Amino acid sequence: MNKKITKITGLFVVVAVLSACVTINIYFPAAAAEKAADKIIDEVWQLKEGAQISVEKPSEAPATKPADVPAK
Amino acid sequence: MQKLTMGFLVMWATIISMSWVYAAPDLEVNTPAISAIKNSMQARHNQLAPHYASGAIGLTKDGLIAVRDTTAVPLKDRQGINALVAAENADRNALYKEIAAGNGHPEWRGDIQGTFAGRWIDKAQGGWYYQNDAGWMKK
Repeated sequence: MNKKITKITGLFVVVAVLSACVTINIYFPAAAAEKAADKIIDEVWQLKEGAQISVEKPSEAPATKPADVPAK
Repeated sequence: MQKLTMGFLVMWATIISMSWVYAAPDLEVNTPAISAIKNSMQARHNQLAPHYASGAIGLTKDGLIAVRDTTAVPLKDRQGINALVAAENADRNALYKEIAAGNGHPEWRGDIQGTFAGRWIDKAQGGWYYQNDAGWMKK
Protein backbone atom coordinates (compact mmCIF):
# COMPACT_ATOMS: atom_id res chain seq x y z
CA MET A 1 0.00 0.00 0.00
CA ASN A 2 2.72 2.43 1.08
CA LYS A 3 4.83 1.43 -1.91
CA LYS A 4 2.01 2.22 -4.26
CA ILE A 5 1.50 5.68 -2.75
CA THR A 6 5.21 6.38 -2.99
CA LYS A 7 5.15 5.40 -6.65
CA ILE A 8 2.13 7.55 -7.48
CA THR A 9 3.51 10.50 -5.54
CA GLY A 10 6.84 10.19 -7.26
CA LEU A 11 5.21 10.08 -10.65
CA PHE A 12 3.06 13.07 -9.80
CA VAL A 13 6.06 15.11 -8.70
CA VAL A 14 7.97 14.24 -11.86
CA VAL A 15 5.03 15.27 -14.03
CA ALA A 16 4.56 18.51 -12.07
CA VAL A 17 8.24 19.45 -12.34
CA LEU A 18 8.34 18.66 -16.04
CA SER A 19 5.22 20.63 -16.82
CA ALA A 20 6.55 23.58 -14.80
CA CYS A 21 9.75 23.51 -16.86
CA VAL A 22 7.82 23.41 -20.11
CA THR A 23 5.66 26.31 -18.97
CA ILE A 24 8.69 28.40 -18.08
CA ASN A 25 10.46 27.83 -21.36
CA ILE A 26 7.77 27.96 -24.01
CA TYR A 27 5.30 30.67 -23.16
CA PHE A 28 5.94 34.28 -23.98
CA PRO A 29 5.56 36.44 -20.83
CA ALA A 30 3.00 38.85 -22.26
CA ALA A 31 2.47 40.85 -19.06
CA ALA A 32 6.19 41.33 -18.50
CA ALA A 33 6.62 42.35 -22.13
CA GLU A 34 3.89 45.00 -21.81
CA LYS A 35 5.54 46.36 -18.72
CA ALA A 36 8.90 46.50 -20.49
CA ALA A 37 7.34 48.15 -23.54
CA ASP A 38 5.63 50.80 -21.40
CA LYS A 39 8.88 51.60 -19.65
CA ILE A 40 10.82 51.99 -22.89
CA ILE A 41 8.08 54.00 -24.64
CA ASP A 42 7.80 56.36 -21.66
CA GLU A 43 11.52 57.00 -21.91
CA VAL A 44 11.69 57.37 -25.69
CA TRP A 45 8.66 59.66 -25.82
CA GLN A 46 9.55 61.30 -22.50
CA LEU A 47 6.06 60.75 -21.15
CA LYS A 48 7.01 60.70 -17.48
CA GLU A 49 9.03 63.04 -15.33
CA GLY A 50 12.19 61.34 -14.16
CA ALA A 51 12.16 58.89 -17.05
CA GLN A 52 14.35 61.18 -19.11
CA ILE A 53 17.85 60.10 -19.96
CA SER A 54 18.90 63.76 -20.32
CA VAL A 55 20.15 63.77 -23.89
CA GLU A 56 18.37 67.05 -24.63
CA LYS A 57 20.35 70.13 -25.40
CA PRO A 58 19.77 72.94 -22.90
CA SER A 59 18.55 75.24 -25.69
CA GLU A 60 15.61 72.89 -26.32
CA ALA A 61 14.62 72.63 -22.69
CA PRO A 62 11.60 74.97 -22.79
CA ALA A 63 9.89 73.00 -25.57
CA THR A 64 10.36 69.42 -24.41
CA LYS A 65 6.98 68.78 -22.84
CA PRO A 66 5.14 66.46 -25.28
CA ALA A 67 1.85 68.24 -24.61
CA ASP A 68 3.36 71.45 -25.97
CA VAL A 69 3.98 70.04 -29.44
CA PRO A 70 1.97 72.25 -31.77
CA ALA A 71 -0.84 70.40 -33.56
CA LYS A 72 -0.71 71.85 -37.06
CA MET B 1 3.34 7.19 6.11
CA GLN B 2 3.76 10.48 8.00
CA LYS B 3 7.29 10.76 6.69
CA LEU B 4 6.00 10.21 3.20
CA THR B 5 3.36 12.89 3.54
CA MET B 6 5.95 15.26 4.96
CA GLY B 7 8.31 14.59 2.09
CA PHE B 8 5.53 15.14 -0.40
CA LEU B 9 4.59 18.46 1.21
CA VAL B 10 8.19 19.67 1.14
CA MET B 11 8.50 18.78 -2.53
CA TRP B 12 5.21 20.41 -3.35
CA ALA B 13 6.18 23.60 -1.54
CA THR B 14 9.45 23.66 -3.44
CA ILE B 15 7.68 23.31 -6.78
CA ILE B 16 5.13 26.00 -5.90
CA SER B 17 7.79 28.45 -4.79
CA MET B 18 9.82 27.71 -7.92
CA SER B 19 6.92 28.44 -10.20
CA TRP B 20 6.21 31.55 -8.12
CA VAL B 21 9.67 32.83 -8.91
CA TYR B 22 9.45 32.02 -12.59
CA ALA B 23 5.80 32.89 -13.14
CA ALA B 24 6.20 36.66 -13.62
CA PRO B 25 9.80 37.50 -14.37
CA ASP B 26 10.51 40.99 -15.60
CA LEU B 27 12.10 41.22 -19.00
CA GLU B 28 15.65 42.50 -19.00
CA VAL B 29 15.69 45.86 -20.80
CA ASN B 30 18.84 47.41 -19.38
CA THR B 31 21.52 45.82 -21.52
CA PRO B 32 24.03 48.25 -23.08
CA ALA B 33 22.70 47.48 -26.56
CA ILE B 34 19.11 48.28 -25.58
CA SER B 35 20.11 51.47 -23.76
CA ALA B 36 22.05 52.68 -26.80
CA ILE B 37 19.07 52.13 -29.10
CA LYS B 38 16.76 53.83 -26.59
CA ASN B 39 18.99 56.91 -26.43
CA SER B 40 19.16 57.12 -30.19
CA MET B 41 15.36 56.92 -30.47
CA GLN B 42 14.84 59.46 -27.72
CA ALA B 43 17.15 61.93 -29.45
CA ARG B 44 15.30 61.42 -32.74
CA HIS B 45 11.87 61.89 -31.21
CA ASN B 46 12.12 65.69 -31.19
CA GLN B 47 12.41 65.60 -34.97
CA LEU B 48 9.64 63.05 -35.42
CA ALA B 49 7.07 64.58 -33.07
CA PRO B 50 5.94 67.43 -35.39
CA HIS B 51 5.43 64.92 -38.20
CA TYR B 52 3.31 62.66 -35.99
CA ALA B 53 1.23 65.70 -35.10
CA SER B 54 0.80 66.84 -38.72
CA GLY B 55 -0.12 63.32 -39.87
CA ALA B 56 2.85 63.08 -42.23
CA ILE B 57 4.03 60.04 -40.30
CA GLY B 58 1.86 57.39 -38.68
CA LEU B 59 2.33 54.41 -36.37
CA THR B 60 1.97 51.13 -38.21
CA LYS B 61 0.19 48.10 -36.79
CA ASP B 62 3.45 46.13 -36.75
CA GLY B 63 5.26 48.41 -34.31
CA LEU B 64 7.09 50.56 -36.85
CA ILE B 65 6.37 53.96 -38.41
CA ALA B 66 5.61 54.94 -42.00
CA VAL B 67 5.29 58.03 -44.15
CA ARG B 68 1.57 58.55 -44.54
CA ASP B 69 0.92 61.84 -46.24
CA THR B 70 3.62 64.29 -47.22
CA THR B 71 1.34 67.00 -48.63
CA ALA B 72 1.66 68.92 -45.37
CA VAL B 73 5.45 68.71 -45.52
CA PRO B 74 7.44 71.36 -47.41
CA LEU B 75 9.10 69.92 -50.50
CA LYS B 76 12.59 70.50 -49.16
CA ASP B 77 11.84 68.41 -46.04
CA ARG B 78 10.39 65.38 -47.80
CA GLN B 79 13.69 63.63 -48.40
CA GLY B 80 14.58 64.17 -44.77
CA ILE B 81 11.35 62.52 -43.65
CA ASN B 82 12.16 59.31 -45.49
CA ALA B 83 15.59 59.18 -43.91
CA LEU B 84 14.12 59.85 -40.45
CA VAL B 85 11.56 57.06 -40.87
CA ALA B 86 14.18 54.62 -42.15
CA ALA B 87 16.50 55.39 -39.23
CA GLU B 88 13.68 55.08 -36.68
CA ASN B 89 12.52 51.76 -38.12
CA ALA B 90 16.06 50.39 -38.11
CA ASP B 91 16.29 51.31 -34.41
CA ARG B 92 12.89 49.81 -33.62
CA ASN B 93 13.72 46.54 -35.37
CA ALA B 94 17.04 46.40 -33.54
CA LEU B 95 15.26 47.16 -30.25
CA TYR B 96 12.80 44.26 -30.63
CA LYS B 97 15.60 41.92 -31.62
CA GLU B 98 17.83 42.98 -28.73
CA ILE B 99 15.08 42.59 -26.12
CA ALA B 100 14.39 39.06 -27.35
CA ALA B 101 18.08 38.17 -27.53
CA GLY B 102 18.89 39.90 -24.23
CA ASN B 103 16.37 37.65 -22.50
CA GLY B 104 17.73 34.49 -24.07
CA HIS B 105 14.75 33.98 -26.37
CA PRO B 106 15.44 35.25 -29.91
CA GLU B 107 12.20 33.53 -30.97
CA TRP B 108 10.20 36.03 -28.86
CA ARG B 109 11.08 38.82 -31.31
CA GLY B 110 7.76 38.73 -33.13
CA ASP B 111 5.76 38.64 -29.90
CA ILE B 112 7.75 41.56 -28.51
CA GLN B 113 7.20 43.55 -31.69
CA GLY B 114 3.46 42.79 -31.48
CA THR B 115 3.34 43.91 -27.85
CA PHE B 116 5.13 47.16 -28.68
CA ALA B 117 2.84 47.81 -31.63
CA GLY B 118 -0.17 47.94 -29.33
CA ARG B 119 1.57 49.99 -26.65
CA TRP B 120 2.95 52.65 -29.06
CA ILE B 121 -0.57 53.23 -30.33
CA ASP B 122 -2.13 53.24 -26.84
CA LYS B 123 0.37 55.85 -25.69
CA ALA B 124 0.22 58.01 -28.81
CA GLN B 125 -1.12 61.54 -28.41
CA GLY B 126 -4.53 62.56 -29.69
CA GLY B 127 -4.40 63.62 -33.34
CA TRP B 128 -1.62 61.22 -34.26
CA TYR B 129 -2.30 58.65 -36.96
CA TYR B 130 -2.06 54.91 -36.47
CA GLN B 131 -2.80 51.91 -38.61
CA ASN B 132 -5.24 49.11 -37.96
CA ASP B 133 -6.75 46.42 -40.20
CA ALA B 134 -9.03 48.99 -41.81
CA GLY B 135 -6.21 51.41 -42.66
CA TRP B 136 -5.06 54.73 -41.18
CA MET B 137 -7.00 56.07 -38.21
CA LYS B 138 -6.71 59.37 -36.41
CA LYS B 139 -6.43 59.07 -32.68
